[in-house]
Amino acid sequence: MALLKVDDIHVYYGSIHAVKGVSFTVEKGEIVTLIGANGAGKSTVLNTVSGLLHPRTGSVIFEDKDLKGVAPHKVVERGLAQVPEGRRIFLQMTVEENLEMGAYTQPKSTVEPGIADVYERFPRLKERRRQIAGTLSGGEQQMLAMGRALMSKPKLLMLDEPSMGLAPILVEQIFDIIRELHEAGTTILLVEQNAEAALAVADRAYVMETGKVILSGTGAELMASDQVQKAYLGA
Amino acid sequence: MSYVFSQAVNALQLGSIYALVALGYSMVYGIILLLNFAHGDIIMVGAYVTYYAMTSFHLHPLVSVVLAVVMCTLLGVVIEKVAYTPLRSAPRLSLLITAIGVSFLLENGAQLIFGTDTKSMVQEPLISGSLTLGGVSITYAALITIVVSVVSMIALTILVQKTKLGKAMRAVSEDMGAAQLMGISLNRTISFTFAVGSALAGIGSVLHIASYFQASPMMGSMLGLKAFVAAVLGGIGSIPGAMIGGFAIGIVETLVTAAGLSTWKDGVVFAILIVVLLLKPTGILGKKITEKV
Repeated sequence: MALLKVDDIHVYYGSIHAVKGVSFTVEKGEIVTLIGANGAGKSTVLNTVSGLLHPRTGSVIFEDKDLKGVAPHKVVERGLAQVPEGRRIFLQMTVEENLEMGAYTQPKSTVEPGIADVYERFPRLKERRRQIAGTLSGGEQQMLAMGRALMSKPKLLMLDEPSMGLAPILVEQIFDIIRELHEAGTTILLVEQNAEAALAVADRAYVMETGKVILSGTGAELMASDQVQKAYLGA
Repeated sequence: MSYVFSQAVNALQLGSIYALVALGYSMVYGIILLLNFAHGDIIMVGAYVTYYAMTSFHLHPLVSVVLAVVMCTLLGVVIEKVAYTPLRSAPRLSLLITAIGVSFLLENGAQLIFGTDTKSMVQEPLISGSLTLGGVSITYAALITIVVSVVSMIALTILVQKTKLGKAMRAVSEDMGAAQLMGISLNRTISFTFAVGSALAGIGSVLHIASYFQASPMMGSMLGLKAFVAAVLGGIGSIPGAMIGGFAIGIVETLVTAAGLSTWKDGVVFAILIVVLLLKPTGILGKKITEKV
């Protein structure tokens, strides 16, 4: 049984048909990536899984339960966390308050140890714990966004363009962290425009184009595919 | 000297009521970007509840006060659920027009139920007597108004800064979508914000009738508008801003009155609104627009 099963979803923004029948699965322990150009509908898919958007038809099944009609905050309670595109940390709150918000669904007793875990993984955040998050650098903000999502102890962590707007050295760091999280047993659904980096870490990948999945396979297979090479890897 | 002192007390007394009302305006604006023009009318309802509880039902003043605050809180939440929640994704103008509609409903409903005349509690004030210290005297009503307001504002600040729900309010007001992705319930947090804002309005209504003894169907309209000016002056959406703005408007009004120009006091307050909107629309402590990196 797949941890997450997205089955033939169609999502609209008003009259715009943004996602046209996308299906994919994520098994427990995997890193699965959705790659594709800007506007392919990748973020729309993630936001549909998170319950922020609703599919007109099709279903999102998490741990064998349909998420239809489940409010976004309840989706988090079920163990799905999303690090949204552009990080969307609370810029006017402190680093530690951001982490506390990440633990909103968690019992009070687990918040402190959770924060300690995040600080262990991201020592920079500990140095800046009392700082207003808006004063962090882009890379630190991405770490905070990821730390914040981990606070809810997700069974599936969804990352939307974690490398966006970061310097190459930081992109490398973020992907190292993704690898580490995976090794620690976290299941990850990664949305990326940086196809090369995403395919390198992914067990399996799906390529999206204008609202549809046009290709799928293991990370290595897609990396080797001519189509992907031409369209996304600039070969 | 005692003249200056008594004017200072008047200014603080009036200002603290404006501040309490302005807080409700600012908090609601901060969270759903709505100028809740029905907010002032909640004070009118609270004043009537206090009046009838005391004069018709002869309840203990403390019981009357609690009743008024509870009724205001419930009213605020009911208004939010019935009138504003269905419009969550509607354009902001629809929400604003609805707020004005709710305000009219409350004002006209009050005229229908309570009559158009002004009810006076001068004969049976909520708080009577005064305290004389070293040649200057201060009424208990003024003293209690100022103390209760300050305590309420401190309590609010602690609530917003330190508690889980208060932090959730700040998170929702900064980024509704991201807040939901944290597992924060929008409905619960927004209702809670209305409840807190309306409870403060309820406290304001009780202090208002204790200070000025009157309840009338239209009293909330002018009070609400001035509190709105206070919220804008302080920086709408900012909690400390609403407090500063409230006291500033109270001081200005008292100064204008003390200068013998009491017929001008409303005009001066609205002139302040125009000047603020022209020169510094974000107000004294208005939210800084933080650049996203």
